[in-house]
Amino acid sequence: MISLKDVTKRYGSKRALDQVNLELTSGKLIGLVGENGSGKSTTLKLIAGLNHPTNGEIKVSGNKVDRRIAQSVSYLSELDEYYRFFNVRQSIAFYASQFKDFDQEKAYEILKFMKLNPNDKLKHLSKGNRGRLKIVLSLSRNVPVILMDEPFSGLDPMVRNSIVKGLISFIDLEKQLVLITTHEIREVENILDEVIAIKDGSIIGHHNVEQLREEKHTSIVDWMTDIYE
Amino acid sequence: MADIFQSSQPIYQQLAERLKRQIIRGELSPGDKLPSVRETGIDVSVNPNTVQRTYRELESMQIVETRRGQGTFVTEDELILDSIREEMKAKVITDFVRGMQEMGYSDEEIQSGLTNYLKEKGEENI
Repeated sequence: MISLKDVTKRYGSKRALDQVNLELTSGKLIGLVGENGSGKSTTLKLIAGLNHPTNGEIKVSGNKVDRRIAQSVSYLSELDEYYRFFNVRQSIAFYASQFKDFDQEKAYEILKFMKLNPNDKLKHLSKGNRGRLKIVLSLSRNVPVILMDEPFSGLDPMVRNSIVKGLISFIDLEKQLVLITTHEIREVENILDEVIAIKDGSIIGHHNVEQLREEKHTSIVDWMTDIYE
Repeated sequence: MADIFQSSQPIYQQLAERLKRQIIRGELSPGDKLPSVRETGIDVSVNPNTVQRTYRELESMQIVETRRGQGTFVTEDELILDSIREEMKAKVITDFVRGMQEMGYSDEEIQSGLTNYLKEKGEENI
């Protein structure tokens, strides 16, 4: 579904990603974890076609990634960017106008689940509700790949929990692959199928999480601590 | 919510244990339909793929059965239900006895301690 072959990304002299190889298959929720500046966001942006690798090749569903990949990839930025003058309903209409796979019916279903009011102006939403709205917008597309950059970042436990439940409720694991970067490992450890650890631009581990527990009797956090040292 | 599972043990096994306990306690009766994979996933905040694996596991132990197009149901087979009760009992006793032995209690002490405890508890309840 997603493949990275010998992918290197340099920003000037800094190597953000160093010969990364990854094979990710559909029907899974995959966590990409690592400390700040380890290359998590770069990886997502490259897959989303928002940035080009310096070397190597990235494919999504067999197609080489370029800017047009947005047709099959839903990307949720870690930035809190939005059109302040829109209300919630207008934001949904705007997304629907930009992506032909956007499912408005699903959007309103998730909206209801997240207890958001369609008439609220974005500039009046709390940070938590903006976080929830971002989830609504990114999960409402019928696309094979959903990328989420730090969806829990800076949000309180109640909001994080509603996002976790929203993911379980609205992802179609028959058809979709979700790749999520996060620092809040404990938040996602029960919903991940696989975990990938990245450090200084290199992949240092990639596991099925249930196998990790079954064979090594270790939690994701302990495993991370172990290999990161 | 995440706290109902130990993070260093496979979730699918812990969820299977949890469902077995619900069956023994009668929260799930023979013939009851289990919630869908997604419903259970949402309920306990677990990946639906993991819940699916739990259901498959319980099915292979004949504790539940999946009927095409209808869902997954708790078995009505009394023999199997009895054997789960026995299995869970043996498991809890094993853990208890191991814990006591590790602390150096003799079999007699364990036995008399348990007998006294049950007796006192029985009197409390009168």
